[in-house]
Parts: sequence; C-alpha cells; structure tokens
Amino acid sequence: MKHLAAIGRYMIMLKEVFKKPTKKSIMKSLIYKEIDELIFGSLGIVIFISFFIGGVVAIQTALNLENPLIPKSLIGFATRQSVILEFAPTLTSIVLAGKIGSFITSSIGTMRVTEQIDALEVMGVNPLNYLVYPKIIALLMYPFIIAIAMYMGVLGGYSAINIAELSTSTDFIEGIRLDFDPYHVTYAFIKTIVFAFLLATIPSYHGYYMKGGALDVGKASTTAFVWTTIVIIVMNYVLTQLILG
Amino acid sequence: MIKIENIQKSFGDNHILKGISTQFEKGKTNLIIGQSGSGKTVLMKCLLGLYEIDEGHIFFDQKDYQNLDADGKMDIRRELGMVFQGSALFDSMTVIENVSFPLKMFTDQSESEMQDRAAAVLKRVNLKQEAFKRFPDEISGGMQKRVAIARAIVMNPNYLFCDEPNSGLDPKSAMIIDNLIQEITQEYNITTVINTHDMNSVMEIGDKILFLKDGYKEWEGSNKEIFKTDNEAVSSFVYSSDLFKKVREVYLKS
Repeated sequence: MKHLAAIGRYMIMLKEVFKKPTKKSIMKSLIYKEIDELIFGSLGIVIFISFFIGGVVAIQTALNLENPLIPKSLIGFATRQSVILEFAPTLTSIVLAGKIGSFITSSIGTMRVTEQIDALEVMGVNPLNYLVYPKIIALLMYPFIIAIAMYMGVLGGYSAINIAELSTSTDFIEGIRLDFDPYHVTYAFIKTIVFAFLLATIPSYHGYYMKGGALDVGKASTTAFVWTTIVIIVMNYVLTQLILG
Repeated sequence: MIKIENIQKSFGDNHILKGISTQFEKGKTNLIIGQSGSGKTVLMKCLLGLYEIDEGHIFFDQKDYQNLDADGKMDIRRELGMVFQGSALFDSMTVIENVSFPLKMFTDQSESEMQDRAAAVLKRVNLKQEAFKRFPDEISGGMQKRVAIARAIVMNPNYLFCDEPNSGLDPKSAMIIDNLIQEITQEYNITTVINTHDMNSVMEIGDKILFLKDGYKEWEGSNKEIFKTDNEAVSSFVYSSDLFKKVREVYLKS
C-alpha cells in the first residue's frame, strides 16, 4: 500500500514538473548548468568504467575459448555485443544511479531541509519545474554518454586483447564487424532514453518529498539509489522483451 | 491588512488550528507567540498558502484567498515576502544573486536595473558592499538574515512574514534585526507578521501580539497591554523568567 501511494505521488510529481513553466531565459541557464554537472561531470567515470569493463569481457571471452574450431574473431563479436546491448546502457546507468542519482537527491533534499524549496514556493515559483525539469532536459543528452561508453568498452576490449596477446588485432576487428545489426544500437539508445528519464525523476522524487534533517538526506540518497537501480533493472527486462522479444 | 476568520486545520486526527480569527494591521509588526506545538508555524504556513486550510477564510486586503482562482492566488503570492528561520538563501547563488532572484523570475528589468535594485535593498538592510559577491556560507548568521530580509522586500511586497527572524543570533544582532524589520514595516507601510519565541521582540516591536495556546487564540493585544494582562496562560509564558517578572513590576509601577 505504501509503495502504491509512492507511485501515485511520483505520477503527481511528474504532472507538476510540466506545469507552470519557469521563465525561458532562466530555464535555459539552468539546463546548461545541469548539462555541465550531470553529463560532462559524469564523462570521466563513464570512460574509466567502460574501458575496463570492455577489457574484462574480452579477456574472459578469450580465456573461455578453448575449442580450436571456434574462431578467435568471436572475442571481438562477444565484446561488441555485450558492451552495446548491456554493459554500456544498463551497467553505466546503474553506476550513474549512484553518482548522478545521489547528487540529485542530496542537492534537492538539502534544499528541502533548509527551506529553500519553501522559499521558492512562497515566491510563486513552481519548485518542481524549476528543479526537476532542467534535469530531465539535460539528461536527453544521456545517449551521448552511452555512445562514448560503447566506444570505450570496445576500445578497452581491443587494448586488453593486444596487451595480453590473447588474439590478433585483425581477428578482434573482424569480430567487431561480424553480423553487425544497427537495430541493436537503436535498442540500446531507446533503453538509454528511458533510463535517463528514470535517473532524473526517481532521485528528484526522493529528494523533494524527504522529511527530516541532514541524516535523512543521506538516507534518502541511499533509498533513491536502490529504487533507481531496481526500476532500471525491471525496465531493462520489460524493454528487452518488448523490443527484441 | 490581513484578516483571518475561524481558521481550522488538521493533519489526520491531529487538530492543530481550532477556529482562529484575528486581524493583522498594515504598517504594524504583528507577532504570533505561544509555546512549541501551539500552532504558530502551521498558522503562518496557512497564511503563506503552503498549507490548505480546512475551514475559514483568509482575507488579504478584502480579497478572500480561498475564493480566488489559481491566477488570483499567484498574484497574492507575489505580494508576499518571507524571511525563513534559517534564512533559506540559495546556497548556489551569491548574496546579490539571491536578492535579484525574484526580479529575474518575475520582472522584465534589464540586468543593470536588477543589480541596482538588489544593491539598493542590500544597502537598506545595512549590508556592506564587499559581502555582495560572497556566498551565503561565507557570511555570518546576522548577515544572512539581512540578506533574507533584502530578498523578501526586493519586490516591494505588501505583506512580510518572518519565522523566528532572530533565532540563533546574539542579543545585539537580534535587536538590530528586530529594529530593521520594524523600520521596514513602517517605511514601506506593509503588513508584517512575525512568528517568535523571543520575549525581547515581544517587548520591543510587538505592535500587536497574538498568543496561541493548543491551537486556540488565547489572547491578543499590544506590547503595552501585555504588561497589564491578567490572563494566566500569557503571564506564565511571557513572564516565565525572573528578569521579565521584574521588568513587568517596574513597568507597572511606573
């Protein structure tokens, strides 16, 4: 019952986000600020994680290919498929649920605790539009991060294979090109757009409706991370079934 | 002028405001006092429109807030200024950005006009120019209160609300803030409502005092009348310390 009420409140929040818009010139600067913080601020960690995950996938695939009848190009193929279909869109989103999500919850939660949200409301500003809408728009650039994650993942695999001399560059590149279906990239980007919306709104919900003091801001951040991750995983399953099933 | 009639407010089974009626006059500092849990904060949040009231009416200069449409309510809100207990300054903005924020949101003034207006009100609250470009966490609590007052008056509001404006301040700073609020109230001829626990404020600037007890209006009067009141609840709350008992004795003798 509690969770049902929370879903209802989340839906009402979404409705409010798109009502009573903030002045265009202010909204524009808020969106730029959010793009800087949420998108460009996440590039470093995304590049780092994707590169090493791609490397690990390639090494593990290579080490499991004991049968000499299986071509070495399968390493590149498996790395590409794993990275594009799952590791880049889903794993990166879960990592960013921790980074972006906790940042969003704690910044909005702190504004709630210190009455800054009440101040906005008293002034006649729609706090949800002012705080959440720019985050949703900024995260429309999220596929850009995921595209970089895809590239870095495959690059990580290529580098790892070469460093460990588990296969040749030619085989790996041949594997990357093998049976490439552009629809898989489309599927990944559709997932990414949905995950971006969840990343912007679920942590905002937990920050906006939090009650209590500084300690509760920390608790809200943890709860936001857990719920964002759960919803991303469930939506990943649903979207995979709908798009590829 | 703000007139409230028979305000009722409950949260579930918890009946907080039990039929409060009163009037807050223009150009005067109106104080709401009472023990913790008496309903002061809820009453103020109802006046600010942060809580919907269950029954009753709130009139802002004859306009019945409950009967206004969304645009009418928004117009009233833009006539309100609020000083929060913890100042509630936006910590991502500098002092001058905080003060010019309402101008940016609701006016079409040029950047230089906004800067001039914000600087003028900051000077009015006696804030030195070198503090204008600082962030809220780089200035003292007293300065933060001044900035909060400046932000509240920058749009020339008709109604100013202050929630515990001098809490957490040393006695001298508290007195300065009290006097500043009173000066601004008279200078701008606005209706000021202050929620306070501070007995110095009651004695110094209480043009009108509303005493709440358990969600009821227990007593109302001025800071002169509070010395003479024989209401037991008011006396035991206001004159709970020996110092104020002596102040009262001296006042009554004189």
